[in-house]
Amino acid sequence: MENKNIFGEFVLRNRILFLLTLLFLTLLGASGGQFLYFDNDYRSFFGKENPQLNEFDKLQQTYTQVDNVIFAFEPLEGQQANSPEVLSAVEELTEMGWQLPYSIRVDSLSNYQHTEVDQDDLIVRDLYFDALNMNDEDKRLVEVISTSEPSLAGRVHDIAHRSTSVSVTVQIPGKDPQEIADIAAAARKMVSEIEANYPVKIRMGGVVFLNNAFLEASMSDSATLIPMAFLVILVISYALLRSIVGVISVFVVCILSILFAMGSGGWMGVGLTPPSASAPIIIVTLAVADSIHLLVSALNRMRAGYTQRDSILYSMRVNFKPVFLTSLTTAVGFLSLNFSDSPPFHDLGNISAIGVMAAWLYSITLLPILVSFLPLGKPKNTIKTLDNVMKRLGTFIADRYKAVLTVGVIASIGLVSLIPLNEINDDFVKYFDESTEYRQDVDWISGNLTGVNIAQFSFPSGEPNGISAPAFLKKVARFADWSRAQEEVTNVIAISDVFKRLNRDLNLGNADYYTIPESRELAAQYLLLYELSLPFGLDLNNQLDINKSSTQVIVTLKDMTTNEMQAWIKTAESFIYDDASIELKAVGPTVMFAYISERNIESMLTGTIVAIFIISGLILIALRDVRLGLISLVPNLLPIALAFGVWGLLVGQVNLAVSVVTGLALGIVVDDSVHFLSKYQLARKELGLNAREAVISAFTAVGTALVVTTIILVAGFSVLAQSTFGLNSITATLTGIAISIALIADLSLLPALLISLDKDGKEPVSKETDAELNSSIKSKAAN
Amino acid sequence: MRIFFAILTAGLASSFVMGTPVLANKGLEIATEVIQRDEGWGDTSSKMTMILKDKYGQSTQRSLRNKSLEGSMEGDKSLVIFDTPGDVRGTAFLSHTKKTGSDDQWLYLPALKRVKRIASSNKAGPFMGSEFSFEDIASQEIEKYTYKYLSDEKYNGVDCFVVEYDPVDRKSGYSIQKTWIDQSKYIVLKTEYYDRKKSLLKTLTFDGYKKYDGKFWRADTFLMINHQTGKETELQYENWVFGTGLSEKDFNKSTLKKVK
Repeated sequence: MENKNIFGEFVLRNRILFLLTLLFLTLLGASGGQFLYFDNDYRSFFGKENPQLNEFDKLQQTYTQVDNVIFAFEPLEGQQANSPEVLSAVEELTEMGWQLPYSIRVDSLSNYQHTEVDQDDLIVRDLYFDALNMNDEDKRLVEVISTSEPSLAGRVHDIAHRSTSVSVTVQIPGKDPQEIADIAAAARKMVSEIEANYPVKIRMGGVVFLNNAFLEASMSDSATLIPMAFLVILVISYALLRSIVGVISVFVVCILSILFAMGSGGWMGVGLTPPSASAPIIIVTLAVADSIHLLVSALNRMRAGYTQRDSILYSMRVNFKPVFLTSLTTAVGFLSLNFSDSPPFHDLGNISAIGVMAAWLYSITLLPILVSFLPLGKPKNTIKTLDNVMKRLGTFIADRYKAVLTVGVIASIGLVSLIPLNEINDDFVKYFDESTEYRQDVDWISGNLTGVNIAQFSFPSGEPNGISAPAFLKKVARFADWSRAQEEVTNVIAISDVFKRLNRDLNLGNADYYTIPESRELAAQYLLLYELSLPFGLDLNNQLDINKSSTQVIVTLKDMTTNEMQAWIKTAESFIYDDASIELKAVGPTVMFAYISERNIESMLTGTIVAIFIISGLILIALRDVRLGLISLVPNLLPIALAFGVWGLLVGQVNLAVSVVTGLALGIVVDDSVHFLSKYQLARKELGLNAREAVISAFTAVGTALVVTTIILVAGFSVLAQSTFGLNSITATLTGIAISIALIADLSLLPALLISLDKDGKEPVSKETDAELNSSIKSKAAN
Repeated sequence: MRIFFAILTAGLASSFVMGTPVLANKGLEIATEVIQRDEGWGDTSSKMTMILKDKYGQSTQRSLRNKSLEGSMEGDKSLVIFDTPGDVRGTAFLSHTKKTGSDDQWLYLPALKRVKRIASSNKAGPFMGSEFSFEDIASQEIEKYTYKYLSDEKYNGVDCFVVEYDPVDRKSGYSIQKTWIDQSKYIVLKTEYYDRKKSLLKTLTFDGYKKYDGKFWRADTFLMINHQTGKETELQYENWVFGTGLSEKDFNKSTLKKVK
């Protein structure tokens, strides 16, 4: 049976040439790494076709952008948000805010433009200044305005005085990801200056810190998880191989696979986001699985007394096809992520797919060459003992296949029925776990100052300067009033409030005039008067478009789940439709995230089905058996469904990650069933065993390898599961669970299924004694 | 300096006559020369079209009329009457520039039939939603800045002085302004505005200078580009008339209601 391994011989004879070629290819691929950069714009999570993103872009073109830094003050030492010391800190930070890079506007209690009328004078001024020397009247004014002015209360200032804030709007040029980091660094410096001089702690939020949190998540994953993944993988490799040379070779294969894949990502122009930045962990996990397969086969062969060179050649021959096939199916699964609506997952899929194929190439060429230069050492008997355990397990399952089938079916039905317990929640704040500064700050802000969910509604008046028409303003006012009455709403900003305030103030502060001005001319002239009196930066461009033909109402909502958010948006949209006969869509980052999972699940549905067809096709080609191919669908698809069931039981909250888990996991879990089925097929066809014996034979032949591979994969994904970034940790945990369940299914349900379906099939051609069977299995299927 | 003011408002020259401080530096000398050369224009009127554009190509227009009176002891006085959009037609904005402190400003609201004084030290906000602030279009008095000569430079082939103007008013939206002044005509060709963090915020360029009454240069196009938001505003002037016979009583709060 010792077929000549032409490919292996060729590689080893021309090993210098191969080394140089591989070196060249690696350098070529890896040199793309110079183009890699960290992409820290949360908008990157939305595809160009995403309707919510397009609506949002349109809005951003109409009004001043809402990108900002929120500095929320937490008063310390028994202070309140309206204590003079805190107000003084606000004053100072308001001044400093103009120095923040790319700042175009600063809003706070201190520079709120208070209007009052004295006879025929309209006085417009900062709400307060020199907070430490305010008299009682000044203090009273601050108290009244900070808790009652619609644009401040529940947004800039907490009505219970638990917090107050300074918000700096920035116009980010978007030319360089460093811009965000620069703003964040400057903001932190200002904060430490203020904190050193005043009894306050400052929490930071806003779009800038959201983006910065994405950047920091990518970087911390790269800085901590990748080394951790290597460490875990190397420890496991050593435990299995007990050969330093072997471990070093595995390490080299992993490193080069990552370099090549990430470099290729650079050539493709990928910007690293938390998902794509985690690709190295997935690549190292899969690369190590390939290498281990090759080395374990070689070591087994050496233990049987063959020379290292012969053993390597043997291993290359028997592993060439299976490792290629499993790498290919894995790559196909990864590539299916291109159907996702979220570009970071395309990057993750493409980089990982390239990494997996690179790992295959390196394992099948570089690894043997490396080992051919260095002695692997005397093989130790670690794995040997496991094979016997596997055989016993195989026998145990085979003898109780009916019970296994029953339990398996019941357990599966049970778990599948738990899937609906999963609730999708794409609250983007919760993408970051509680250990991150961003999450802690934003949680504090939503508990003490204002919500982080913002929905923007752009009301069109239908004509230039139409926003001054009383009928239109009343529509806006009715929506603002309705929103304010909603329990979920913490603040509403609407231009109608400005008109009401001006109407009151210009009528000598008479509260009866807190209404929309009765004529369009009056409203327009009030607005002109007001605009003439505003200071630098505090214009109305954030609420009015250039034509004064439309205005946006900005609604801040408290913390809520995606479902609740969607429900609220629907209610709001239908209120506007019923009340004003305008078909309006809520817009904004929160709205975009509220629909991101649905859109991705829809788009990934196609991707996953395509992947299932291609992967099943590959399995059919490999097994050349339609029947086995169909049977393989059960252990391939079921584990992923079961993983969702387990998750529903244990956690119940999923996010965008769920849409890509199937594609990611499918390509990996099929490997186990392919290995098992090909050994089963071999035993049936070539050894002529019956179903029961063939199952036991397959257990003995590949059981250990499957367990070992699964341990490596689960270890790798467990490392990624430690990510502080929720999309990564949930993707990794679900994939890890799916892989574990797949192993269980492949070693229980699949054999039970095979025996029950094949038991009436053809009887073995020849009867053999147990001893004969054992020896034939060993020689036939030692890989 | 920015003749532009001379335009919307007026009489830059006046400040001068009153014992000016010793011209200690070249920047101040140049700025002073600019104002001096424009002295004696008396009063003007003109029509203006304001075109607002954003970086996505949306645009909108407004039309106004300006009347200006050169000041003598005090700063210049100016009157802006709004013609369109229709809902602000007839609204009139009167300002008396002060050499020091806040300017006096009144607005006549025809819908309310009342004159309101705007008591505010703010003048850096956008004028009618444009990229110009009132600060940019207010009459330029020599006392409102400190000056620093920077260099000689060619701008569009014209030899220019580059002079830095530092606003005295803390409420100004700018840290500094850089001005390119034609060395032979002493007229402003370009101004760059830097925001409080010293980043370039806006650039104003003047085009189509014509000489009136054999002495006074007025540009007919002012283009202000905001580099941070990508928005721009163009002011197009026409019908420049000098010596129309306007007097103090035409720039009075109590007659504001009657302007047409």
